[in-house]
Amino acid sequence: MTDKKCFRLSSLPLRKQGIVASIKAEGFLRGRLLDLGFVPGTVVEPIRRSPLGDPTAYRIRETVIALRSEEGDKILVTLNKKGAMMP
Amino acid sequence: MNFSNLFGIPSAPRRHRGQFSRRNRERFSLPHLSSSLRANRKSFLSPTLNSKEYIIALAGNPNTGKSTLFNALTGLRQHTGNWPGKTVVQYRGSCNLKGKKVTLVDLPGIYSLLTNTIEGEIARDFICFARPDAIVIVVDSTCLERNLNLVLQILEITPKVILCANLMDEAKKKNLHIKISELEKKLGIPVIPTAARSGKGLNKLKSAMDDLICGRITTQPYRLHYSAEIEKAISEMEIELAPIVTNGLSPRWVALQLLTGDSTFINGIEKYLAGKQIDGGDSE
Repeated sequence: MTDKKCFRLSSLPLRKQGIVASIKAEGFLRGRLLDLGFVPGTVVEPIRRSPLGDPTAYRIRETVIALRSEEGDKILVTLNKKGAMMP
Repeated sequence: MNFSNLFGIPSAPRRHRGQFSRRNRERFSLPHLSSSLRANRKSFLSPTLNSKEYIIALAGNPNTGKSTLFNALTGLRQHTGNWPGKTVVQYRGSCNLKGKKVTLVDLPGIYSLLTNTIEGEIARDFICFARPDAIVIVVDSTCLERNLNLVLQILEITPKVILCANLMDEAKKKNLHIKISELEKKLGIPVIPTAARSGKGLNKLKSAMDDLICGRITTQPYRLHYSAEIEKAISEMEIELAPIVTNGLSPRWVALQLLTGDSTFINGIEKYLAGKQIDGGDSE
């Protein structure tokens, strides 16, 4: 995951898998995101977007979690090339 | 119709019924809630409390079947539902463990002890400051991994923990095989597979609870080690904290909380320590 291009989780298109690279949030939000399973190295996939585009549902570690774009902006991901393991 | 009142049993309030009664509405207003929590904590810590009555808390992630397990163990019929966030206050019920009267406390589900939601604080404060005789952590066997975060956090506070791997029926449906004995070895605590909905494994869980509160089994909980830098800070703080932090809190754990800098939590610790000193600190 060293030199690959990172982008925001909120800009990941539906049904494209990403791998969490780092979390830019601090303090409480950071803790919360880590608790929900957004730990570096985890595969995450946006599976649904609400009609107005804001909360997006992500599949992560066998669960679906919705994040607002403010939160999604703070998570940096790299694209998961096919074949990467689903942790 | 409230049957539990007919029999004089302290009722576990249900949200779906009687939610318009004054009493219940008050329970859900925040200032009252926090004061009743404080009262609860007081009553749990009060030295006058009959020492033969044990308190066991049910903790775990949201939607792992804590309330179902609570009902199965107490025979109460608290509202259950398949959605997270159903339980927002703690419910209590009593249960009989081989002749011993045990008060079970059903806590709201949380992902982590670091939380700022009201139900999260209820669960967290209870786990940290009410010092139950045992904590049963209920986890969802179909996604164990995300549940173990909370397990490790609770193990930092107290060794008196049983892991209840619930929803084994669902795990079976998904063809998941969980190596219970391996999990036990790694975590150093008893792990009991259950399916609370059908009542499977409850007897085993009961006898494990009984063994733990009677001291027939001792646990050796897995200890999380942090980076060298943090460990160094912890050990320095532990020395300073040891004389200040009494009443059963672990200095290592308090040091960790101070390092995370969560002010609401630090206030809670301060209040707890101050409260005990006023009480005379002579209990136990």
